Amino acid sequence: MTAMRRFLANGWLSAYAFLYVVFLYLPVIFLPIFSVNTAATPKFPLSGFTLKWYEDLPRTPALLDAAWNSLVVGVSAAILSTVLGILAARSITRYRYPGRRAINGLIMAPLVLPEIIVAISLLLVILQLGLSLSLFTVVLGHVLVSIPYSMTVLTAGFEGFDRSLEEASADLGESAFGTFRRVTLPMVAPAIISSLLVCFTISLDEFLIAFFLTGTEATLPIYIWGQLRFASKLPGVLALGTLLLAASFLLMTVAEILRRHAAKRTQNEGGLYA
Amino acid sequence: MPERPRTERTQTERPMIEIKSVTRSYGAFKALDDASLTIKEGEFFSLLGPSGCGKTTLLRMIAGFDNPTSGSISVDGQSMEGIPANRRPTNMVFQSYAIFPHLNVEQNVAYGLKRLKLAGPEEKRRVEEALAQVSLTGLGKRLATELSGGQRQRVALARALVMRPKVLLLDEPLSALDKKLREQMQVELRRLQQAVGITFVLVTHDQYEALAMSDRIAVMFGGRIAQVASPKEIYQRPVNRQVADFLGGMNFVKAEIVEENGASLVVDTLGFGRIKTDKPKAFVRNGGAATLGIRPERLRVLWDNATAKFEVAGKVVERHYFGEITHLIVEIPGLEKPLSVTETNDFGADDIPVGTSIRLAYDPEALVAMAD
Amino acid sequence: MTAAAEGSPAFGMTRARRNALLQSEPVQGFALISPTFLYALILLVLPILVVIAHSFWTQNYLTIDRTFTLENYRIALTEPIYRDLLWRSLYISLTVSFFTVVLAYPIAYFISFHGGRHKSLWLFLITIPFWTSYLLRVMSWKVILGYNGVLNSGLMGLGVIDEPSTALLYNSSAVIITLTHAWAAFAILPIFVSLEKVDRTLVEAAKDLGDGPIRSFLRVTLPLSAPGVISAALIVMIPTVGDYVTPKLVGGKDGVMIANAIQAQFGKASNWPLGAALSVTTMLIVTLIAGATVLILRTAQRLAR
Repeated sequence: MTAMRRFLANGWLSAYAFLYVVFLYLPVIFLPIFSVNTAATPKFPLSGFTLKWYEDLPRTPALLDAAWNSLVVGVSAAILSTVLGILAARSITRYRYPGRRAINGLIMAPLVLPEIIVAISLLLVILQLGLSLSLFTVVLGHVLVSIPYSMTVLTAGFEGFDRSLEEASADLGESAFGTFRRVTLPMVAPAIISSLLVCFTISLDEFLIAFFLTGTEATLPIYIWGQLRFASKLPGVLALGTLLLAASFLLMTVAEILRRHAAKRTQNEGGLYA
Repeated sequence: MPERPRTERTQTERPMIEIKSVTRSYGAFKALDDASLTIKEGEFFSLLGPSGCGKTTLLRMIAGFDNPTSGSISVDGQSMEGIPANRRPTNMVFQSYAIFPHLNVEQNVAYGLKRLKLAGPEEKRRVEEALAQVSLTGLGKRLATELSGGQRQRVALARALVMRPKVLLLDEPLSALDKKLREQMQVELRRLQQAVGITFVLVTHDQYEALAMSDRIAVMFGGRIAQVASPKEIYQRPVNRQVADFLGGMNFVKAEIVEENGASLVVDTLGFGRIKTDKPKAFVRNGGAATLGIRPERLRVLWDNATAKFEVAGKVVERHYFGEITHLIVEIPGLEKPLSVTETNDFGADDIPVGTSIRLAYDPEALVAMAD
Repeated sequence: MTAAAEGSPAFGMTRARRNALLQSEPVQGFALISPTFLYALILLVLPILVVIAHSFWTQNYLTIDRTFTLENYRIALTEPIYRDLLWRSLYISLTVSFFTVVLAYPIAYFISFHGGRHKSLWLFLITIPFWTSYLLRVMSWKVILGYNGVLNSGLMGLGVIDEPSTALLYNSSAVIITLTHAWAAFAILPIFVSLEKVDRTLVEAAKDLGDGPIRSFLRVTLPLSAPGVISAALIVMIPTVGDYVTPKLVGGKDGVMIANAIQAQFGKASNWPLGAALSVTTMLIVTLIAGATVLILRTAQRLAR
């Protein structure tokens, strides 16, 4: 009742919120719509339903290579940035020391730097060092831009962690490592998995850094970029894009559910979305 | 009044915890300043004081979560220096209870036992026993998140007791509970301690809690131990005004020393005349002046024509009703501050009009000398 | 439960003291963060220093001449093509951050004040498109705004226009629309966080003291949420100045931005020092604008009281 009344009282605001969500989702929704359309160009009216664009995907070797590359890069970047994120988040939430805020600021900096700057500066150093561009250099770049997100997820997970839980474990005779294994790790596991998923998603979707730092091997976004030059390839790209969208949605939903689970356990609200 | 009977079965004169001139400083700030204390085996001992007095710091140093800057702590005759918390014969009940939220009640209680590598049935038996001790039998499968505050507290107790520690440390264990439950748990904790015979060290800022449960109390202020004594001694014969004030209301009366010898003092007061009183052990003479104190409930209203050997006359200036008792504020000619009097309501103290002239009876023994 | 064997008292003391140092908070905390810190130092700070160094050098074909020169900066700041690109990038990013913040504020307000029990669901709903590939989102705008695209065909189908409009795609407006959409979530979050921190009793106090809903919003809620507005504006403006994908896909000739020029210097044109100088210039301008934005909004906040 009261919810309904409040909704009506703020009618214009609610209507705006609704329109805003439409604005956010509408462009994204055209990808799946035109990926099952028979016409080769995306325009109205729709000409008919087909799955042939999807059926073509597994028959494209270059695409399969790109998908495999994306998987390798994504998994490596997710693991590496989460490990680095765990160390940093633990340090930031648990200890007080001079320079803590400055170091935190530096680690979070890629979040507010133009991506092109991050990409070209890494490119310059790698070329200067005489390293060859490869998927490895892409991982290096992806880890750099993923750490801030990993930190955000993990800091929220660690912050609600009551320090006396670890003291209680020590008090009951458990060693430092045993305490980490039996108390700390199970408590923060959801946040860690959530961080892995978020970082994997970022790496999977990231284009610019991969574009600059990869050698001959393409990731999925780079493959898509290459296909965009050919108008005739557009429906296939739409189909692939739809699959990528679905993957991102799925991964982020799981990450969010895990994050909430962790928040309930540590009685701590917040995280990526707050 | 007879001394409250205590079970002396488990209490011995053997020292269990010895704290020798322990100081803990953070830069220039001293959280604990040269504290020395001996806690006996089987004793229920309380560290009482306002927040920031160093009581929790001391408890955490006994547990091994903090280390003295100087001085030494030993438990059961063994120095604790360099021994980490997980290898000390002490266990702790945390203020927040620190119940592991990812484990159920049984798993919480069995947490420390896992390290001892007991046989399965033996471990199970000890967990059951500990749960029974805190009346939680049957709740073993509950998750920590499904427990009430009182139940969480019991789990924390069982989890510590199951380890059969030499000393159980309790950090404000009742502060999160509501008043009624708190009073119930005070009785239960005391009973439990008697049953298991383990030395309990309780940290609290609640004087009633300390008075109700302890064998002995150490009152602390500003990182120093002010007085160590039995509850009755602390309440009735506080060594200084600070301790007297912290333990409850006290009327202070200025006095002039007439005679001082070994164990007693003779003083002159304006309101109460000449009084002979015991000299406190730590009494330091400050010129010719002294302070006497008397608890409000040790002053009794004299009704109608009743008389007493020692009485003082005055006028009621304020009256405050508290249900079973009434506080009267009585002005006494010659005293710079009016006296506070607590009277039970069974004779109608709650009906005495403000402005009435009354007489108060007192026992000169109840007037105690103390340091400022 | 058994005590450790004890060394001689003297040895025990020094060991205790050494342990105390190793166990001290600052040392442990710093040790723990150092791998991540070093990673950021080596892969972020060092590379940026290398870029800055390059911007003072020159390139002859494939060799770098390491004599100090300001020539690259002269070109970056005076050559009309680069000057125009810098101006346009700035114009676009400021416009985008203005629109995202203005559009985002009511949503953040709605969620914070009227989201009720579903606050986190709303936030999730609004942020999830942001987690999909940036490239794909830009691509979908190309699909919408294209000559044979959704909007043109849709409007023609409705009879609003007779032939496809070419005005929709390949210009700076298309870039602005696309970027505004792409960065929407980034603007909502900081504003939401600052609105959440506004003590609700302050708003009630303002109403109690006679302010209507609009006056209490302008005099209490808005000034108190200003830090969120500032960080929202910056968090959108800074990355969009250097955006590469959007101008390339939907910008056409008219919508090219500075990042495309920088990329060209590291690609086809192969003039690293000039590319570096353009990058450094972009960073400097962004920093100046960010500082100015903070200053202007702070002043406005003070004047509003």
